[in-house]
Amino acid sequence: MENNQIDSKVSETIRPTITAKVEIPLQRSKLHTEDLQVDKMVKSESGLETRNVHAWFDKHHALADISLHFPKNTVTGLIGPSGCGKSTFLRLLNRMHEFIPRAAMAGEVLYAGNDIYDPGVNPIDIRRRIGMVFQKPNPFPAMNIGENVVAGLKLSRVKTSNKEALIEECLTRAGLWKEVKDRLGSAGGSLSGGQQQRLCIARALALNPEVLLLDEPCSALDPGSTLRVEETIVQLSATMTIIVVTHNMQQAARVSDYCAFFLSDGGPGQLVEADLTTNIFSHPSDTRTADYVQGRFG
Amino acid sequence: MVVLAAIGGFLLYRGFEIFKDFGFSFITGSKWDIGNAEDTSTAILGIGAMLFGSVITAIIAVVISVPFAVATALLIEFYVPKWFKTILISVLDLVAALPSVVFGIWGYAVLLPLVENWSKTIEHYLGWIPIFNVPSGIFGRSPFLAGLLLGLMIVPIITSVAREVYSQAPRDLIDAASALGGTRWGALRAVVLPFGRSGLVGGTMLGLGRALGETVAVYLTLNLVFQVNFKILASAGGNVASLIATKFGEATEYELKALMAAGLVLFLVTLLVNFGATIIVNKSRKIV
Repeated sequence: MENNQIDSKVSETIRPTITAKVEIPLQRSKLHTEDLQVDKMVKSESGLETRNVHAWFDKHHALADISLHFPKNTVTGLIGPSGCGKSTFLRLLNRMHEFIPRAAMAGEVLYAGNDIYDPGVNPIDIRRRIGMVFQKPNPFPAMNIGENVVAGLKLSRVKTSNKEALIEECLTRAGLWKEVKDRLGSAGGSLSGGQQQRLCIARALALNPEVLLLDEPCSALDPGSTLRVEETIVQLSATMTIIVVTHNMQQAARVSDYCAFFLSDGGPGQLVEADLTTNIFSHPSDTRTADYVQGRFG
Repeated sequence: MVVLAAIGGFLLYRGFEIFKDFGFSFITGSKWDIGNAEDTSTAILGIGAMLFGSVITAIIAVVISVPFAVATALLIEFYVPKWFKTILISVLDLVAALPSVVFGIWGYAVLLPLVENWSKTIEHYLGWIPIFNVPSGIFGRSPFLAGLLLGLMIVPIITSVAREVYSQAPRDLIDAASALGGTRWGALRAVVLPFGRSGLVGGTMLGLGRALGETVAVYLTLNLVFQVNFKILASAGGNVASLIATKFGEATEYELKALMAAGLVLFLVTLLVNFGATIIVNKSRKIV
């Protein structure tokens, strides 16, 4: 199923920061069976990239010098123990960071070649193109399921010619359509936690973003719901760049193409290493990564 | 509680005879004639017009003050920097603490001429709507003026309740709206306003309670006329509280009893409104 899509995607799956050439099967999902050949010297022309990013909360230095590249149409897992700055980093990527009082940042976040922190850039535009799903499912309580899906359009005053078709499309992409098609008028809160989270994904999809940021999307969900959300992530990655923060190592192994391991040794959070997910889990180059992914700490 | 019961009991005791004599017509009737001072049976006393005046001025006050209070509350909670927020809050507290007689004098001296002009303009363009029609051509101390003044007086109460509720709006929902490319105003409209709706209703009812019971400000800005006047721009009206204040000094013994009875009615109405408001405000707190 969907082999073609995955294939074309994998051929684009290119990563610049690591020089070795790998030829290994990528176990990124059950859907994937092909071997992967990646030339990591070539830079993907699109996607998202950070250069020497720092973050502060007041005087507290939360993140130091993070440079990462997220190739187009891949899933990158951000892993690391609590308090290492993963979520802070994620919020930097669509300028949600600046909502926190006294928060500051330095460095560049390049999206389609432009720094999203350039003075001329409207953060609202950035957030429309780089969607975000939060840890706790948070459908708008005052809206029903259908209204929740198109809430982003209403918020950004985007007109749509066919609302019903869009609702169906987004819910289908989020893997929720079959479950809710007969009750689009009921409250978003009436769904289960997992369904609510997929509703939140559908809500983010309605704006047709090119990048989707997920901040521990399954940490409040049961295993069954988690699996459904993971399937959704894998399917979506065929058409969009996904960055997911997770505490769950199995999840990172199941859904991501790449993993970035963050760690704080009491000081600011730092990037220990970033690599193909298979490398991170089989032969990471840093012993701390090995210790973490094998559950020796964190 | 004891004080409440004592006041209620006292008013009921003093006003009981009036209710016995006039029954329900005391509330519905709109004539206030003490007749022959020696013979209480010639008196016709009814507070209908005054009760109507209380309600209509309070409604005008609420209609004017709610949008203003909501805007102020949102401004304070979400827009202004912290140092300015502190200043705004103290200004509102100050306004809340202003004696109503000061409001009344200001309303009479400053607001009255302004409102008279506005009223003429409104009547000129919207006079075909019955409530804006002024056949007498006398504007001046109208329910509109009194309601406007009351509205300004209750803005601080409604603002402070609204502010409290809005500040408890869930952060993650505001974040969600922002992450969907919502502007700040969009996020407020999608999340904060629906969240604070019931709290706002409660705060509004608290303001309504104060507007219903206001005495001096209405006494100074509303022409006491015993008729049910729904033409809000015309200079006629009154409310129960200002009726009591007006008549109290020179009342006959029997009239005094009637004023006590009127006080009881007002007491019950405001009690009811405040009680409802408290329930709604508390309920909106529990949802959080």
